[in-house]
Amino acid sequence: MECYFDHVATNPLREEVLEAMMPYLKEEFGNPLSVYPLGVRAREAIERAREQVAALINAKPSEIVFTSSGAEANNFALRGIAFAHQYEGKHIIVTRMEHHSILNPARFLEKLGFTVTYVNPDKYGMIDPEAVKKAITDETILISVIHASSEVGTIEPIKEIAEIAKERNITFHSDGVASVGNIDVDVKDLGVDLMSISAHQFYGPKGAGALYIREGQRIIPLIFGGIQESGRRAGTENVPAIVGMGKAAELAKEELPKRMEHVRRLRDKLVEGVLKIEKVHFTGHPEQRLPGHASFCVEYIEGEGMLLMLASKGIYAASGSACTSKALKASPVLLSMGIPSHVAHGSIVFSMGMGNTEEQIDYTLEEFPQIINRLRELSPYAKGWGDMEDGGSCIQKK
Amino acid sequence: MYSKEVMDHFMNPRNVGEMPDADGVGVEGNPVCGDVMKLFIKVKDDKIVDAKFQTFGCGAAIAVSSMITEMVKGKTLDEAMKISKEEVAKALGGLPPQKMHCSNLGADALKKAIEDYKQKHKN
Repeated sequence: MECYFDHVATNPLREEVLEAMMPYLKEEFGNPLSVYPLGVRAREAIERAREQVAALINAKPSEIVFTSSGAEANNFALRGIAFAHQYEGKHIIVTRMEHHSILNPARFLEKLGFTVTYVNPDKYGMIDPEAVKKAITDETILISVIHASSEVGTIEPIKEIAEIAKERNITFHSDGVASVGNIDVDVKDLGVDLMSISAHQFYGPKGAGALYIREGQRIIPLIFGGIQESGRRAGTENVPAIVGMGKAAELAKEELPKRMEHVRRLRDKLVEGVLKIEKVHFTGHPEQRLPGHASFCVEYIEGEGMLLMLASKGIYAASGSACTSKALKASPVLLSMGIPSHVAHGSIVFSMGMGNTEEQIDYTLEEFPQIINRLRELSPYAKGWGDMEDGGSCIQKK
Repeated sequence: MYSKEVMDHFMNPRNVGEMPDADGVGVEGNPVCGDVMKLFIKVKDDKIVDAKFQTFGCGAAIAVSSMITEMVKGKTLDEAMKISKEEVAKALGGLPPQKMHCSNLGADALKKAIEDYKQKHKN
């Protein structure tokens, strides 16, 4: 049986999305800036997609700028706002829950003379709005907080943080890559000034993303050149990808309640079964989390071994262990939540999607405990960590 | 990502487990960094007659441990001391660059096990 449980990594393309894209990969190849009908039709297709993406997050179409990815949207937001406001102040606030496409631009900005405060989460991966408030200085020009963590599933209190930012007149960005298309996201209700979106997180194509930029926001482009995207993002548009993103957004809006219910049911069943295994801890917030997201730390073994053995059974999952990263460091997100690194190495993430079934969960619940046992038989810590701290004191049981 | 040999030794590791009557034990690595190897050897007439391992770590770390326990059997202590990380990696059909430290760990755990034996059997 093949079970794909890595929907936070990417999703398959929906058939309807591919169909919508096809004409723009073939006969409708015109440049959207051209004045003849072939160009005009491409232009119209992009504007239709802009409306569809805007509708998904309750924005105006003019507030959507298409990018090549969620990572580009994050880079654009951080660097674009920092450069636009650098003469008002040079302080930026981000959190330890952020994706690399926020953390690395933040480090880059530090090298250019900006100062960055990294706010720590609690043990659930939750950012305390008060901690963000405390980090604000007279120099603060930008706050960026991830909406939902792809590593531990926790959904951050964006609305509360947005209110704090607004009170102090500070631009607020949220990375919505893992949330948009997977949970209800209303940018007006949340009160964010900017939000990053990625199409392949909701069954759209890879190579398509967007940045929501609230009307009236000043931002410096990441890519200079022509007048595409109202001069905010140069380069001939990736028309098929943008059309696909639009279609995927439309479907996500229509089907969201059904999708959330489907993955939540499967997720809850998986979590219940997995937590019966001894010395397995649930990571992230038990309730305030992505509906299809189940994340754990399995003590005494390491994540990559689990992934490889699961893969040999056709089960595809993810891990934040050191050995699965090229940097060979345990996940900074898990460490910032206070999980000791030897426990963090046993991290494993299952993320559900529309293709998953109850049979797949049953099958996984049969195979996974055996795999854990097998790896524990190999482990010198099968009988415990010895004098090292175990995971129990710092990770909650669900 | 991994060679056929690595996957074979990871999925079907040889010589797994504790050796209560081991003549030498070597531990290398640190669980904070993600890999720990514990190697047990049984020695007779200056030759390694049996070896076992316990490993906390990734696929490569487990495959290296398994391969090294196979490689040392029948070797004299001096021959075993000379097993290099490159030889282990080569026997496994190569390792990805970021996993070369795993074979290092294996070779070091073996040296520690041999030293432990020598320490215990000085006279």
